Amino acid sequence: MSPTKLALTLTAFAALATGCTRPGATTTDAGVSNGKTTISVKGSDTMVILGQRWAEDYMKSNPALTIQVSGGGSGTGIAALINGSADICESSRRMSDKERGSLEAKRGQPAIETKVAKDALAVYVNAKSPVREISVAALSRVYRGELTSWRELGGPDHAIVLYGRENNSGTYGFFKEHVLDGKDFAAATQTLAGTSAVASAVKGDAFGIGYGGIAYVEGVRALGIKRDESSPAVLPSLETAANDAYPLSRFLYFYTAGEPSPSMKRFIAWVTGPEGQSTIADVGYYPLPKKS
Amino acid sequence: MAASVHSSGDHARRDVSATSTRPSLLRRVRWSELLAEGAIFGVALVSILSVLLILVFVGKEALPLLTSAEVRREVTPAALFVPHGDAGFLWQPVSADPKYNILPLFAGTLKVTLVSLVVAFPLSVLAALYVSDFAARRAREIIKPLIELMAGVPSVVVGFFALMVLSTWVQAVFGTEHRLNALVAGLGLSFAVCPIVFSISEEALRAVPASYRAAALALGATRSETLLHVVLPAAMPGIAAAGVLGFGRAIGETMIVLLASGNAALLDAHLGRSTRTVTATIAQELGEVVVGSPHYHVLFALGALLFLSTLAVNLAGERIVRHMRGTRRASAEAP
Repeated sequence: MSPTKLALTLTAFAALATGCTRPGATTTDAGVSNGKTTISVKGSDTMVILGQRWAEDYMKSNPALTIQVSGGGSGTGIAALINGSADICESSRRMSDKERGSLEAKRGQPAIETKVAKDALAVYVNAKSPVREISVAALSRVYRGELTSWRELGGPDHAIVLYGRENNSGTYGFFKEHVLDGKDFAAATQTLAGTSAVASAVKGDAFGIGYGGIAYVEGVRALGIKRDESSPAVLPSLETAANDAYPLSRFLYFYTAGEPSPSMKRFIAWVTGPEGQSTIADVGYYPLPKKS
Repeated sequence: MAASVHSSGDHARRDVSATSTRPSLLRRVRWSELLAEGAIFGVALVSILSVLLILVFVGKEALPLLTSAEVRREVTPAALFVPHGDAGFLWQPVSADPKYNILPLFAGTLKVTLVSLVVAFPLSVLAALYVSDFAARRAREIIKPLIELMAGVPSVVVGFFALMVLSTWVQAVFGTEHRLNALVAGLGLSFAVCPIVFSISEEALRAVPASYRAAALALGATRSETLLHVVLPAAMPGIAAAGVLGFGRAIGETMIVLLASGNAALLDAHLGRSTRTVTATIAQELGEVVVGSPHYHVLFALGALLFLSTLAVNLAGERIVRHMRGTRRASAEAP
């Protein structure tokens, strides 16, 4: 190994080590080494593509900054924020009080929440299915294993095959809280890693039903959702998500431990500003509603 | 393991003492030998120690299930096995009322493993027979590395193939209830098991001395009689060892079953329904779980149980192999 290579490797290790161990990183600037700043963003699988697009666009105009975006699930991102291996956590659900508590205990900083985008949770069926709409209550019964045949929903006389997400996913948490009312999923719910896996499973299964971010509806059909039996079915769209007409819409969040560092603050401000918000629609999610 | 034991060590020592008469040379040879011996022993010790340390670590993280009052408030060791009230055998760790029954997970592991062995074992042993006793040398030189190459295919690739392609075929052919199910996962898994069973059986078959075959043929046995009554019995300990190692590979495989089984924790015997294995559960849930929570400790207990069951199977396999070898030797030595 040549001396320069060795020096480079050592610097890289040093940067890694400081990035991992320094607990007060957020009070100064995250991971500065050789004048280059690194922000590590981790969390929701739903938001990975969005986060990467933001990072790419932002780094184009800020070459001195490196933003690393990785997924793993909202729970994974929050855990990483708590133990200090991520600077920003992307989450598709709100942090729980328990998680806020352990963040304060471990990092000595409160969790700071920023809403960055809006997502509508779509319910997919196979493109060949005759079913077009479902009420939230019926959806809840389907996923709790009480409503088991498509016939009750106006479809063929065949068992409904349930697809869902693994239990570390923010989508799982959101669905459980808002659709199932906190009750358990049916044991027969197949749990797949990632919304794209759910979408492709439903694409290949004429009797399947799945849920996930609206960005993944290619090859499957999103059902119209009725808030209750008497209300009209609403399809997920930019308008219905923004004005809350669509029952299964949710915010997507950034979390930091304590006040973000100046460079993180600038990045977050850019994301919530006009430039960052204009990228969202390309990825298939919805910009934040305009403040009135 | 099936490797035949040579007594080359004795020969070497005798040769050394015979040729090296000068004391200085004798001492130098002994020194380097001592050093080499020590180094090899050290390496062997490190691998044994690391296995032990892993067991200790996993066991330590699983232990609070027995000792911590806080953990036991949410889940007791008994709750891992007995049904949860009227709800039955459920694995629902993220819930207002968490349910930690691990029987569906072990049933899933067993189902998938058995399917893979039922498919892979006969296929691989037959392939090994063909390569060792029938194939021409050129054919063998092509087939053997090709089958062994299967072991080099990353399991995530196999899993993805099972998820996207195999599952559709299986559902079209067998009309399974779920598209992703134990059968698909088992078939995908057999892809990982085949090369292991094949290589070890092939080695065992080739280790059967040519004189056995020659003697049988000379006595007028046909080729198939020779194989069935002489070669196969002689190689049986090695083939059994191949089965045990294949089982160990199958039970520990994660990525293929994670992708192809659908991961619904159902306790039933249907191959056409989705299933969830122990390994897939650990892989899906350990990344997110709050360190020190009951769920965390249960996952480690799962890992420890899996570890112990593979250990038990390997030990049992070892005993069977040794027993077979013993009876074979006894019958060979009988007048």
